[in-house]
Amino acid sequence: MIAAAAAPLLAVTGLGKQFGGFVALDGIDLEIAEGERLGLIGPNGSGKSTLVNCLCGTLRHDRGEIRFAGRRLDGVPAHQRTRRGLARSFQLPRPFGTMSLVDNLRIPLLYAANARPGMHLGDAAIEQHCLALLGAVGLADRARRRPRELTQVEMRKLELARAVASGPRLLFADEAMAGLSTAEVEEILAVLLRLNESGITIVLIEHIMRAVMSFSTRLVVLVAGRKIADGMPQEVMRNPEVERAYLGE
Amino acid sequence: MSSARFWLASLAITAILLVLTRWQIENGYFYFAAYVVLQSVVLATAWNILGGYTGYINFGVGAFFAFGAYSSVVLHKLTTVPLPVMIAAGGLVSGLLGFLMGCLTLRLKGVFFAIATLALAIVAQTLIVNWAFVGGSRGIYIIRPQHAPLAGGYVQYLYSLMLVLSWLSIAIARTIERSHLGLGLAAIRDDEQAAEASGVPTLRLRLLATTLSGALMGMAGAPFPYYVTYLDPTSSFSLAYAVNAVAMPLIGGMTSWIGPVIGALLLGTVQQVATVTISSALNLLIVGLLLIAFVIIAPNGIVGLFARRRVRRR
Amino acid sequence: MDVTLGLAANAIAAGLLLGGFYAAVTVGITISFGMLDIVNIAHPAFIVLGSFVAYTLNSRFGLDPVLVGIIAAPAFYLLGIAIYQLYYLAFERRGAESIQGLAFFFGLLFVGEVALILVFGVDYRFVSARYIGPSLHLGPIELPLRMLVPFIVSLLMVAVLQLFLGRSFIGHAILAVSQDRLALQLMAANPTRIKRIAFGISIATASVAGALLIIIQPVVPSVGRDYIGRIFAICVLGGMTSFPGMVAGALLIGVVESLTATFYGPSWAPAVAFGFLLLALAVRPSGILGR
Repeated sequence: MIAAAAAPLLAVTGLGKQFGGFVALDGIDLEIAEGERLGLIGPNGSGKSTLVNCLCGTLRHDRGEIRFAGRRLDGVPAHQRTRRGLARSFQLPRPFGTMSLVDNLRIPLLYAANARPGMHLGDAAIEQHCLALLGAVGLADRARRRPRELTQVEMRKLELARAVASGPRLLFADEAMAGLSTAEVEEILAVLLRLNESGITIVLIEHIMRAVMSFSTRLVVLVAGRKIADGMPQEVMRNPEVERAYLGE
Repeated sequence: MSSARFWLASLAITAILLVLTRWQIENGYFYFAAYVVLQSVVLATAWNILGGYTGYINFGVGAFFAFGAYSSVVLHKLTTVPLPVMIAAGGLVSGLLGFLMGCLTLRLKGVFFAIATLALAIVAQTLIVNWAFVGGSRGIYIIRPQHAPLAGGYVQYLYSLMLVLSWLSIAIARTIERSHLGLGLAAIRDDEQAAEASGVPTLRLRLLATTLSGALMGMAGAPFPYYVTYLDPTSSFSLAYAVNAVAMPLIGGMTSWIGPVIGALLLGTVQQVATVTISSALNLLIVGLLLIAFVIIAPNGIVGLFARRRVRRR
Repeated sequence: MDVTLGLAANAIAAGLLLGGFYAAVTVGITISFGMLDIVNIAHPAFIVLGSFVAYTLNSRFGLDPVLVGIIAAPAFYLLGIAIYQLYYLAFERRGAESIQGLAFFFGLLFVGEVALILVFGVDYRFVSARYIGPSLHLGPIELPLRMLVPFIVSLLMVAVLQLFLGRSFIGHAILAVSQDRLALQLMAANPTRIKRIAFGISIATASVAGALLIIIQPVVPSVGRDYIGRIFAICVLGGMTSFPGMVAGALLIGVVESLTATFYGPSWAPAVAFGFLLLALAVRPSGILGR
């Protein structure tokens, strides 16, 4: 199972971020072990997306420290973080609209995975890898099509596949299931489970409680920019503060 | 079209055009007109590297063109070098300008980037206007050398150089388009933030695009003083270069190297014909109307109209 | 010392007057671009059109140019509505990227300029009025009336528009659209209609601004090109949506241009203003976030 003694894959200390006068994140401490399935939940506006943005480099945090695989991430630009093994999928799918599905995956493969020291995949190998990834999410038959021809759930899968194409060690799945049907949620969950089994640590940011509870090995709750709970899912849900936070929902 | 076939075909076409025209066409005016058309091929192709491939609209085309021209003026006044060297120098100077522009606009996108390019162009023009060494606002006269390196008149020589330069710019554009760099630029164009999250070093690629685009435009401007023999800031920095550089790729098609070529050949020829038959003021009217018409009706250009039939394969 | 002070004082005064006029030129863009996200880079073409309308009616019938600017405003309003309708049908409704809208207006800029050349030629045109020529003297400071009148009219126009936006129902609707399109739709108000009216107003201001321009200086169709950068510079410096900010930006650029022209020569003036803009864009958040 998960080796508790090993150093955490991601270590966040005292992370703070504010926009003007509004404090979005107020001193977040978080540790993520390799191989975990972490669920990150909280009411709207609690800072979940801001946290992801700060960790991935889309936003610059104001204070605190982020360490990934032992190395500091502060000041490191987003594309570098991806190269180091941090990937994210976007809440609203943002595919590269003028390219085929294969090319959508080719980009992170070329610029992140293949850019790592020691990696040098040839064009043929890259093409094969992209097609294999598309196959894993059931999109191989439409490899040469454009993203606009995809359905909602297919776009979500493409979004995940693109994040995976960068060869990450840690993947932030940001509300990958919002607005999907029950069956579709199950599809996405299955994909995420397969990814975790292949060795990728996954942080699931989600509102769909059923999915989060069944998927996560650990749960973290964010309310108004603060972490109010962190532990086994069943225990966290019994926490009175967490109950209070969700009564309003 | 495979790469090998492209190189062969394009080199052959260029060589044939070169030899055939210079051998067969006596009419001096042809070379005057053809030079301008080929110049727009280079400018449109160069513009499209930043505009069509990367999605950043540059309104300061005149500045890059003029800096190439004025760098030739400086060299002309200081020493004697062959024109190809001046072309290289023009590329270097405008490439530097492009790099500078890229640095200044790193935090800008979309419309704000376009406005900044306009501001930069005006600053650049003001610098030249106030530089007496190159003639300032009064302009400067450039005397063509007595003999052209190849047989024939000097304008034929300029035409030949511009033909080769056209081929070079097309070759560069096509190479970029099919390379990993081209893919990265397209990612930036489609969604810059997603590109960054996918590992694309967006700032670095943007600088590359602005530098390369600027350099090619500078190379197009370098022979210009010898073509026009009287160079002044108002006409060399003219916004007309920008509207042409925008219209030609838009009309031809912005996602491929073919688009700017088609647009430049079409629009350039039309403008040359209009200048001769009606008036030169009408040129900009035609460009403006066609730009508006195409952006409303066929925003993917002529290439886009045909692309729907073919499935694009990479 | 005295001479320099006198020179500086006059330069600043002239700059303030010029800046006041720049506010009239920019207020249209503050509405269309700052508030509505419509990149009407062709705005200077409408201003120059306003100048030529003023010229025509002034030279033909001897009408005061400011009067012409005001009388012609409704016609410009209708023109603005028509253009917005085309823009909306071709681009906004399709959700097209701003690149296409930008290209559309860029093309319109040139079509406008050449149309004016075809009708009026390339000669400089000017108007005549009683206040073109004499100056007001305040101690060592000379205030040419041909600059003072546009200054006053311009600020009046901006003030009237500010009142309109702040007090009237349509004005409130325009402000609402500029801040939150979605909220407006949820309230079952039609943003398109509001934007159309606002765009019409922005073009109507060009009528007045054009009349003021030809009072200040002789006008030729290509003069619009000098103003493209200026109006966006002032709009950005002023914070995009704020009228007071825009006026402050306009006055600043007017003074900077005037001081530069006086002490370094008129050929340096354009660069300084745009150097400002480049710095502002490089540093200020509203230039960074983009739209």
